Amino acid sequence: MGKVLMKGNEAIGEAAIRAGCLNYFAYPITPQSEVAEYLSRRMPEVGGVFLQGESEVAVSYMIFGAAACGARVFTTSSSPGISLMGEGISYIAAAQCPAVFVNIMRGGPGLGGILPSQADYLQATKGGGHGDYKLLVMAPASVQEAVEMVMQAFPLSEKYRNPVMVLGDGLIGQMMEPVEFPEHLRTEPSNKDEWATNGMDTRRSNQRNLVKTLYLVPEELNAHNLMLKAKYEQMEREEVRFDTYNLDGDYQVLLVSYGTMSRVCRTAIDNLKAQGLEVGMVRPQHVFPFPHKAVYEAAARESCRSVLCVEMCMGQMLEDVERSVAGRRPTSWYGKCGGEVPTPEEVMQAVKSLSLKS
Amino acid sequence: MGKTFARPEALAETITHYCPGCTHGVAHRLVAEVIDELGIRGRTVGIAPVGCAVLCYNYFTFDFQESAHGRAPAMATGIKRVRPDLIVFTYQGDGDLASIGMGEIVHAANRGEKFTTIFINNAVYGMTGGQMAPTTMPDQRTTTSPFGRKAAEVGMPIRVAEMLATLQTPAYISRQSVIKPKYITKARKAIQKAFTYQMENRCFSLVELVSTCPTNWGMTPVDAVKWAEEKMLPYYPLGEFKTPA
Amino acid sequence: MQSEVQFAGFGGQGIMLMGQILAQAAMDQGFEVVWIPSYGPEMRGGTAYCTVVISDRPIGSPIIRNPQHLVAMNRPSLEKFAPTVKAGGVIFINSSIIPIGSGRGDVDELCVPIIEIAKELGNTKVANIVALAAFGTRSRIVEFDILREAVRSKFADKEKLIPLNLQALEEGRKAALAS
Ligand SMILES: Cc1ncc(C[n+]2csc(CCOP(=O)(O)OP(=O)(O)O)c2C)c(N)n1
Ligand code: SF4
Repeated sequence: MGKVLMKGNEAIGEAAIRAGCLNYFAYPITPQSEVAEYLSRRMPEVGGVFLQGESEVAVSYMIFGAAACGARVFTTSSSPGISLMGEGISYIAAAQCPAVFVNIMRGGPGLGGILPSQADYLQATKGGGHGDYKLLVMAPASVQEAVEMVMQAFPLSEKYRNPVMVLGDGLIGQMMEPVEFPEHLRTEPSNKDEWATNGMDTRRSNQRNLVKTLYLVPEELNAHNLMLKAKYEQMEREEVRFDTYNLDGDYQVLLVSYGTMSRVCRTAIDNLKAQGLEVGMVRPQHVFPFPHKAVYEAAARESCRSVLCVEMCMGQMLEDVERSVAGRRPTSWYGKCGGEVPTPEEVMQAVKSLSLKS
Repeated sequence: MGKTFARPEALAETITHYCPGCTHGVAHRLVAEVIDELGIRGRTVGIAPVGCAVLCYNYFTFDFQESAHGRAPAMATGIKRVRPDLIVFTYQGDGDLASIGMGEIVHAANRGEKFTTIFINNAVYGMTGGQMAPTTMPDQRTTTSPFGRKAAEVGMPIRVAEMLATLQTPAYISRQSVIKPKYITKARKAIQKAFTYQMENRCFSLVELVSTCPTNWGMTPVDAVKWAEEKMLPYYPLGEFKTPA
Repeated sequence: MQSEVQFAGFGGQGIMLMGQILAQAAMDQGFEVVWIPSYGPEMRGGTAYCTVVISDRPIGSPIIRNPQHLVAMNRPSLEKFAPTVKAGGVIFINSSIIPIGSGRGDVDELCVPIIEIAKELGNTKVANIVALAAFGTRSRIVEFDILREAVRSKFADKEKLIPLNLQALEEGRKAALAS
């Protein structure tokens, strides 16, 4: 199959199948219902499982159950639905089960709106559910990248035995772009006999497996959390991923932006260059682990006068950007929410209004 | 005659966002008429669902709250427990009430919360684009049951009125329809009873209304009425399933 | 080089499909493309619009406030979007139901009575294909042969409809060349 023109939501569904995931549970919600609609047709064709759960709470536990018995499994939802899955995600992380969650973000808080947003950044990267856990969070900026990230999410979730989230904004789900499904990203599910409750006979063992999250002995719970922490630190060492734009020259402003928003920034950077103002960008492709070092180094470059975090929310990634820059350069935020995607002109305006004196 | 067609005071003078042939509008009008008739507009609080009726507060002229998807009965419980003197109703679709909110409605009904629920059964998720609902008919095609609802995989449609009527505490449970004038008169009567029982401080009351969704059924409004009558009414019989002792 | 086309009209006029066919053709011709729908409650019976961005380089911002071209299928869309079109672009007007012009002197205005043309072909549902062909012919964003193939592949699983749609395509082209 060569390049095909596909809607992001459908491409995400297809990518999971191509990655070797044949199990999907979900509950409808705009702007990602097309994933469920697509897979309700496609899963029967490939002998997979499609089930519409009665709620996102239920879905998150369908995922938990399936993942705990060793199946590759995933779900998709949008902001309010992800909030409801927060409980299940916390349990899945605690129980160390691999699973993939896709959040096609819409505007919040509350019912909010259905248009694109990036207002679940903190929920995705800092928690969402209760307890000390982290998700590996991938943030695609195009339909092609969404496809690749969904395909990579499964082996990553198995490598760490941890849920992985693909965090896209509504546009990633709704727009159509040409896509290819890279054959080399198809992976075999890893062997889970060591821990999965897949039946003793299945794994020819007399040793039962137990999937649980209750640790009443304080020392045990502490040790469990230390072990989880070690995994997240390993992610920080091994899974940082980012892209840069126009970082070669002597840029005066550094933008940090991800997802659809970063594409708008790219156009703004091109236009500003034409006007004689050099602007560079670091685009986190994984927002956890965050590319702190890359952002720091780019901000610390001598020509750089100011750092601007651009996102479709009221300044959430800004917290990570400020941590990265660590006071080395003035750091500020520009963005909009409610479904209004800032235009390149608006981003240019925001850049120009920065004070660039040294 | 003039009186029948006059706009109830409880109903706002505005054009609704519902599709042509949608019966949500009829249900709104009946609720508004009953509220006027009972003279309770000033002490009524409605709770909007998440579904096509999410904006229904634009069409009523009394206090309203907007809920999260499926949680209206819990919000209603909160109101009635702290302000028993208010008249409270939830207005919910079948995805809202019978899927994500099934827990809330069962427990509110079982506790005998003293509010009223108007339950719109149109056999699909309207707002999100016609996905399968718990009330979707066997073999009915929807956007998430493209080959038709298969009972072997997802069970049979849930008969909410009958199911809730197995509980001991609810006061009044009735199923009516708003698809044709001949059903509407009875539906109005049932809504009137439901609110009256609430005013008499009796327990939970619910009126299920068999409705149409021409848009997501992919039918003309006329065909939709025919389909509802032929397919839904035999499975969802109209009548009272529970009345106060 | 980048061009953007805004398609706009009522829900049910086949707005999304026109955009998808153009995007498919542009992709087949080797361009980068993005197709973006309007989505949301306004779809219900109200306005529908989509934007297609076509470029020879990776596409940055998919959000376009000032498109190169406009295909206006009803009057409110023309009134709303005509002022946003860049100078030198094509504004296509469905003159079957839009009795006014764009009021712009700096654009190439193309008026085609697509509904009448479709009616003559025996099915008003193909009015959008007539419009697409006329617009494609005038704007020359993609090669007509490739557009034709894109129509063919879009209807691949409804083969019965292909001849009618190809005919609609031809009539649209003729109309554009004649005006
Ligand atoms: C937690 C959560 N999940 C999903 C949604 C998306 N959603 C909005 S309305 C709706 C279904 C509405 O269907 P129904 O209750 O049958 O009402 P109708 O639209 O048919 O009147 C869903 C799933 C949401 N808003 N919140
Ligand atoms: S989608 Fe269905 S339920 Fe919603 S307004 Fe339209 S007809 Fe009514």
